[in-house]
Amino acid sequence: MEKILQVKDLELSFNTQGGEVKAIRGVNFDLYKGETLAIVGESGSGKSVTTKSIMRLLPESSAEFKSGEILFGGRDLTKLSDKEMQKIRGKEISMIFQDPMTSLNPTMPIGRQLTEPLLKHQKISKTEAKKVAIDLLRLVGMPKPELRMKQYPHQFSGGQRQRIVIAISLACNPKILIADEPTTALDVTIQAQILELMKDLQKKIDTSIIFITHDLGVVANVADRVAVMYGGKIVEIGTVDEIFYNPQHPYTWGLLSSMPSLDTEDAKLYAIPGTPPDLLDPPKGDAFALRSEYALKIDMEQNPPFFKVSDTHSAATWLLHPDAPRVEPPLTVIERMKKFPGSRYYEGGAL
Amino acid sequence: MAKYIGKRLIYMVITLALIATFTFFLMKVLPGSPVASADKLSPEQRAVVEARYGLDKPLPVQYFDYMFGLLQGDLGISINQFKGKDVTDVILSRMGPSAQIGLQGMLLGTVLGILLGMIAALRQNSWVDYSSTFIAIVGISIPSFVFASLLQYWFGLKWGLFPVALWKDGFMSSVLPSIALAMFPLATAARFIRTEMIEVLGSDYITLAKAKGASGSEIAFKHAFRNALIPLVTVLGPMAVAILTGSLVVEQIFAIPGIGEQFVKSIMVNDFAIIMGTTLFFSVFLIVIILLVDILYGVIDPRIRLSGGKN
Repeated sequence: MEKILQVKDLELSFNTQGGEVKAIRGVNFDLYKGETLAIVGESGSGKSVTTKSIMRLLPESSAEFKSGEILFGGRDLTKLSDKEMQKIRGKEISMIFQDPMTSLNPTMPIGRQLTEPLLKHQKISKTEAKKVAIDLLRLVGMPKPELRMKQYPHQFSGGQRQRIVIAISLACNPKILIADEPTTALDVTIQAQILELMKDLQKKIDTSIIFITHDLGVVANVADRVAVMYGGKIVEIGTVDEIFYNPQHPYTWGLLSSMPSLDTEDAKLYAIPGTPPDLLDPPKGDAFALRSEYALKIDMEQNPPFFKVSDTHSAATWLLHPDAPRVEPPLTVIERMKKFPGSRYYEGGAL
Repeated sequence: MAKYIGKRLIYMVITLALIATFTFFLMKVLPGSPVASADKLSPEQRAVVEARYGLDKPLPVQYFDYMFGLLQGDLGISINQFKGKDVTDVILSRMGPSAQIGLQGMLLGTVLGILLGMIAALRQNSWVDYSSTFIAIVGISIPSFVFASLLQYWFGLKWGLFPVALWKDGFMSSVLPSIALAMFPLATAARFIRTEMIEVLGSDYITLAKAKGASGSEIAFKHAFRNALIPLVTVLGPMAVAILTGSLVVEQIFAIPGIGEQFVKSIMVNDFAIIMGTTLFFSVFLIVIILLVDILYGVIDPRIRLSGGKN
């Protein structure tokens, strides 16, 4: 498959009054054409910062690329000028944000907000842009799009506004769409509609999606591959089945165990103990070691490298080292692994 | 919209009637009368004068006479300041210079203030920002009459660029008073726009605009400006008041034959009719400005469009 975006050894820090916050500490991933890559992790794990750094939307006064590169179409995005970046934003890579209630300009009719990227990036007239905008609104399922072009954001509901934001982001048929928790602020029924819409549109315009979320239910629904982030690093990456049914990193185990399911019989839901690491002074070894009951001595000293589980699946944990002691994952995870052909707990049958 | 404005107009009439009543009785309570300073008059002569202007009638009769005249658009006759002249004529003849320096001052102040505030917000914590803050503090804390005197001294007397005072050279005469009046609106607008721009520039829809590929100036002017303008409209009303009260003093200092100058003198000589007339004129002016500000809100921000705006 064709790699459309490559993030290589990306390190990024925020210079704050308290010191240097190492928000991204060596992130590597590839994005393939037409796929949906979900990035999951708790607040502060660096998932939003990673994607905002791809778009270069972080405040330039405080955010600083330390090393690494973001390769897109043969160019390193970290080195482009502001002018060059403006030509990429909205045209080649676009973005959907978390809160549709605040991400549209309240004093501009939505028609103008829709035609703006078209007029900016494509050589078309205003009337043509208007036509395209109306088509886009129809595409995202907005009834009576002609009438609604002149209306302002406050005349739309939250779900409708997110549809408009999606329409704006797709205006120039971008190669990559970054969705930063696009359904978090919506209620569950609307969430499902928006996810369906995004899947539909992805097929229609053949774009790659980076989907940021902390909702594993949403991940299972939309993603082809999943990257799990913790403490400014990716700790495990694989296909959605590999992450859900054959997880290897103790943090992924924790995440999956803390996900409620219909057959969870205990009334108490599992929670990962402790708090995320302080990125002003990140721990020397595995950032998750202090919260993990599976931590080895070496986890405190040395950062684990990536170990390959399969061609598509790798995890950064010393537990995968040939000399590591064998540990039993939590019961809920073993239950999942029993269904996965190739895991050591496999009991037969298909997923 | 028309219904709303109609309703507001009715309120305006009621407000004006109350202001007229209040001012009328307030003046009667104050010591002194238009003829009190005329010591040379004998009691008999005085009675004749008072009878001529209806000052000898009982207070309620005087009041109803005045209000009745007001209904017909008659503001009365100047008693001693412009002996025998119609008050309406006096005000109309004096309006020109006041309106000119007021409008020029307001325009200069708000436009420069908005520019200064925007630049300060876009270059936050730079020397431009700090100097804009400095100008704003100076503009707010130093009263207009001090500016007026300084302007007269430097630009009028020392460098001779503009006339020091009087209303003889048309536009040139209006420059210094307009600048003196502009300082307060300039400072206020700069502060408001700066604070609001900084807040707006940090909002989600600005990030989305950036994500669409908009350039710095497109973000500032197409997206941020209109949203930053709303709170400024709120202070436009009070700013008009500041210009008004400022002009009372500034017109005195520059010896401009405007309404402010004439108002101050009429109070000194107890010319009831002129005081009443001018007070009502200022009131109408203010009420109309407040109405305009309310309408302007809806023009700028679609979320506060007045009833009937949504379909």
